[in-house]
Amino acid sequence: MYDDEGKLLAAAEKLVGQGIRVKDVFSPFPIHGLDPVIGVKRTRLAICSFMYATGGTILALLGMWYFMIYDWPMNIGGKPSFSLIENLPAFVPVTFEFSVFCGAHGMAITYLIRNKTLPGMPACNPDPRTTDDKFVLEIASSQNHGHDVDALEAALKDTDIMELSIKELA
Amino acid sequence: MHKEAAIREPLILGHKTYHDITNDVVGPIEGDAPMGWKILISITGLISLYGIGCILYLIGTGIGVWGLNKTVGWAWDITNFVWWVGIGHAGTLISAVLLLFRQKWRMAINRSAEAMTIFAVIMAAMFPGIHMGRIWVGYWVFPLPNQFGSLWVNFNSPLLWDVFAISTYFSVSLVFWYIGLIPDFATIRDRMVKPLPKKIYGILSFGWSGRAKNWTRFEEVSLVLAGIATPLVFSVHSIVSMDFATSVIPGWHTTIFPPYFVSGAVFSGFAMVLTLLLVMRKTMKLESYVHVKHVEYMNIVIIVTGSIVGVAYLTELFISWYSGVEYESYAFINRFSGPYAWSYWIMMTCNVISPQLFWFKKLRRNLTFTFVLSIFVNIGMWFERYVIIVTSIHRDYNPSSWGEFHATYIDLGIFIGTIGIFLTLFLLFARYFPVLALNELKTILKSSGESYKSE
Repeated sequence: MYDDEGKLLAAAEKLVGQGIRVKDVFSPFPIHGLDPVIGVKRTRLAICSFMYATGGTILALLGMWYFMIYDWPMNIGGKPSFSLIENLPAFVPVTFEFSVFCGAHGMAITYLIRNKTLPGMPACNPDPRTTDDKFVLEIASSQNHGHDVDALEAALKDTDIMELSIKELA
Repeated sequence: MHKEAAIREPLILGHKTYHDITNDVVGPIEGDAPMGWKILISITGLISLYGIGCILYLIGTGIGVWGLNKTVGWAWDITNFVWWVGIGHAGTLISAVLLLFRQKWRMAINRSAEAMTIFAVIMAAMFPGIHMGRIWVGYWVFPLPNQFGSLWVNFNSPLLWDVFAISTYFSVSLVFWYIGLIPDFATIRDRMVKPLPKKIYGILSFGWSGRAKNWTRFEEVSLVLAGIATPLVFSVHSIVSMDFATSVIPGWHTTIFPPYFVSGAVFSGFAMVLTLLLVMRKTMKLESYVHVKHVEYMNIVIIVTGSIVGVAYLTELFISWYSGVEYESYAFINRFSGPYAWSYWIMMTCNVISPQLFWFKKLRRNLTFTFVLSIFVNIGMWFERYVIIVTSIHRDYNPSSWGEFHATYIDLGIFIGTIGIFLTLFLLFARYFPVLALNELKTILKSSGESYKSE
């Protein structure tokens, strides 16, 4: 556990330099520059959002074509509105809104599911202080077969650490 | 880590640590409710009840209890609708547009401004709902298969675009707000000692743990949501303006409406944010986070948007004359010299003249003056919508049906009631929710905190 994000970042760089795998980091806010160090890949949520939004666009256009052109064409003051292409300008607002609707909600739902953060999920941060002002760097010995526990402990103590706890996990 | 020029004023005053930020924001939630809060919420609660009573009476009796008549078919209802939607726009603008521009000062105000957005949009959405008269068939606005030969809603109508715009805007703002709240609820959860609040905040926080991967996703989601909320804000008020602009009523049928409405919305929204925030910072002791610099920035936005609105008013007048259309010219001459001239000049004074006072640095850094002026702008923007709606329709093409609109006490009761409901919701928010975005403020402490800057 560290009391400053800068110290944790320096420690993570040092440990990774020694070939130790960092399992996870728990922090009260995003630490910029940490992800490449501990090997967290860039998220693909933005691409998801784009796909949901495209789905929304297609669905909106298909729906409006069916309602307004195919199933029940309406004569609105004799305006040319009897094919999709003629009526398209009037369909722009709803198409846009529906695309945003699908893109935003689709991404938000994917985000919550992928994070495993849903109503009633148990919290799994190792220490309640990590949502306040402390930063935890987690190392699992099972992922670091090259180093024994004592070596890991020594490596950690060598950084600007505040607290160290060793847990036996089942 | 971003570096910031040392000569910039710090955004977080005082020598705060991360823990202090948590204490300052979560502290008021843990303690008992202060007496002032209880008194305030009782008052706003009573006003809300009165408003709800008026709404129930309206639904039970019919919209004839409003002062509407054959000529003036839209008045306070739609005025209030547009006013509330406009107020909502500041929240999204602050959290989305300022996020895209990486404006750090937004972090102290975005949470409460977004809360305001959501509550304001709820108030706004109510007005078209009750204006339908038969609210129990309100679901007819959605394209649902039905018994009338599957007669669909009209997708060529701006009123239907509005249904989609407002529902998208409301739900996306809500999601944006809540995603930002999740980590802060987790902070409260981990601090709470009493079992019941701990349990409740545990559920609200969705089991957030603050893993590195979660934060990466969090930042990406915030950025993408901001990216799509930005055009959404502009589209929503543009579509609201098209409710008027696509009609053929002189005074409404103008192409300037979308940009003019959007800047008006931002203008009134910032005014409302200032009104509420200046009170909140004082009562909740948040002076270190929301201070003169933030107010100054907001006042600058007020000058810019207020001036755009002013230019739009003058352009409208000029074009009505320049177009050579006599109906169009008459609509505007009637606006500033007819029976509703008083409302036109209230609008002009509050919206065009008063914000120009902010060019003086002394005035825009004066909190009391800002507070008074923000109320002026709120009033002015309400009158703007009233002027646009009522003066344009009270004298139609047929002089024998010219008339005037007289508000009834139900009109008044519902309007005051929505202010009551809005304030009640906002008070509940201020009491039980983290009013500042904790996780975001902590990220700027080192670049913009006073103690770090002086080092």
